[in-house]
Amino acid sequence: MHAIEKILAKASGKSEVRSGEIVEARVDVAEVNDLYLQVIKSFYEMGGERVANPDKVTFVFDHYSPSPTIKAADNQRQMREFCEKMGISRLFDVGEGVCHQVLAESGLVGPGKIVIETDSHSTTLGALGAFASGVGATDLAIILLTGQLWFKVPPVIRIEVDGAIPYGVMAKDVILYILGKLKQDAAIYKAVEYSGSAISSMSMDERFVLCNMSVEMGAKTAYIQPDDITFNFLEEKGAKRDDFEVFVTDGDFCYQESYAFDVSGLSPQVALPGSVDDVANIEDAQPVPVTQVFIGTCTGGRLNDIKTAANILRGRHVAKGVRCLIVPASRTIFRDALAEGYVKDLVEAGAVFVTPGCGPCLGAHEGVLTAGDVCVSTSSRNFPGRMGSTEASIFVASPATAAASALAGHLADPRNFIG
Amino acid sequence: MKEVELIQGRVFVFGDNIDTDQIYPGRYLELTEPEEVALHAMEGADPDFPSKVRPGDIIVAGKNFGCGSSREHAVITLIASGVRAVVAKSFARIFYRNAINRGLPVVEIPDLEPNSISQGSIATLDFKNGIFSSSEGKTYNFVPFPDNIMAIIEAGGIMPFYKAKATSRTPKKP
Repeated sequence: MHAIEKILAKASGKSEVRSGEIVEARVDVAEVNDLYLQVIKSFYEMGGERVANPDKVTFVFDHYSPSPTIKAADNQRQMREFCEKMGISRLFDVGEGVCHQVLAESGLVGPGKIVIETDSHSTTLGALGAFASGVGATDLAIILLTGQLWFKVPPVIRIEVDGAIPYGVMAKDVILYILGKLKQDAAIYKAVEYSGSAISSMSMDERFVLCNMSVEMGAKTAYIQPDDITFNFLEEKGAKRDDFEVFVTDGDFCYQESYAFDVSGLSPQVALPGSVDDVANIEDAQPVPVTQVFIGTCTGGRLNDIKTAANILRGRHVAKGVRCLIVPASRTIFRDALAEGYVKDLVEAGAVFVTPGCGPCLGAHEGVLTAGDVCVSTSSRNFPGRMGSTEASIFVASPATAAASALAGHLADPRNFIG
Repeated sequence: MKEVELIQGRVFVFGDNIDTDQIYPGRYLELTEPEEVALHAMEGADPDFPSKVRPGDIIVAGKNFGCGSSREHAVITLIASGVRAVVAKSFARIFYRNAINRGLPVVEIPDLEPNSISQGSIATLDFKNGIFSSSEGKTYNFVPFPDNIMAIIEAGGIMPFYKAKATSRTPKKP
């Protein structure tokens, strides 16, 4: 069996499960974000009176945080009241950050856990060896009611990434390259496992990016086998090794598909507006003038991303006509970026800091685009209308490419601005 | 209980990778009432759709329909705007689950060619026999839903289904 299958088997009280089988599994950590008042509505509509396991439930206010409208503020108020009433103590309120990052830092998530969130990018947490997946509001309400949910055991695709990642190239470039090759529907209803020498040498910050964007190829979940980098990360967050169970894939396990990539010669990548799998080498992309650069989100707002941007912009200035927004993925990251001096460097270079959260990525607030805007974004999606107007263009790129573009005033190759 | 063995409606045709931002743009996510949510169905893909759609209409699309966000609004907006079913080459996972949970029939036909179905034609979905056909004579077969999924759809979604189950389990007072 694969490690993912073993996690699902354990959580559903079985000794063995197979791909395609439907299991009823207990959920270790459930998370509701502030887009989903529907969770509470569905809970009551199904006759809910009390939450099965309040200690396993978290609420994170990140998409509309701080609230931009009265309606959003009222949704959050109702959620606070629900937590109070149901005895849910883990409410991460305005300013704590993006749900996936907040959970990663909470020490609650690690190897062997089943983590279900009302957000498609929940695949992020597979980087910690968890089975992590996104669901809609009503599925999450069922978890509140019963503590469990049904899952189809997914077939697993192996993506092996080898080679030393070149200077100026980041995990974001690696995953964009893979998406460009495999396309948006490559892993619908499947799990994706990353392995290989390039993965083993990646920091947790970078591993999260790969797992995060796996949902852009349709993946139900993503997975990286826990190693010392994983355990060191968890230890730093105050988690104990005994809190988790590490499952290992059997040697005779048959992957449904396997792909191998060598990234030692990879250029920075950019996804062209409209589709995240329409990917080009930066040197082949036109130097399109940009009006906004956005460094943030659950994909691109970690400390390594802010540090990379600071290294490029330090002592220089954002080009005239460009708004350069930086949104740390969590309060902890914001605090660390302050301590390291990156915030000062970036603000002096003309960048604007926004509260930890994820509002601009989905066009909710704090950086909405109008017709004719061109944004280079470290986010995961460039669907038409994603960040506001359907007549705006979004290029998805690494934090290095985004920072270089802010400096140049047009889509730019970061290798020209570092080293 | 609703009878959903046969559905017939006008067809709207879309392409591949119709994502949840096109089905329901992010700027409206704070809305929570189905009647408000309904006003923005498919707006990102076809701004005129909300004014054109009528109860009973069917959406036909290519691969990976509903990719992107987990927002249940994407399903709520289609149902509340009157869309009766979605037929596509393939569906994104979360959208598919949300649709079944909400009682919206989502029919996967891997060999579907959306362009073979004309915009505005009348199509029929025969759930019992697994046949999708359009008024211009194009016919496709699909694997019918298993009984347990059909039961959820017939109940109008997992919420009424769950409630009905809970009620039937409650012992009656003597």
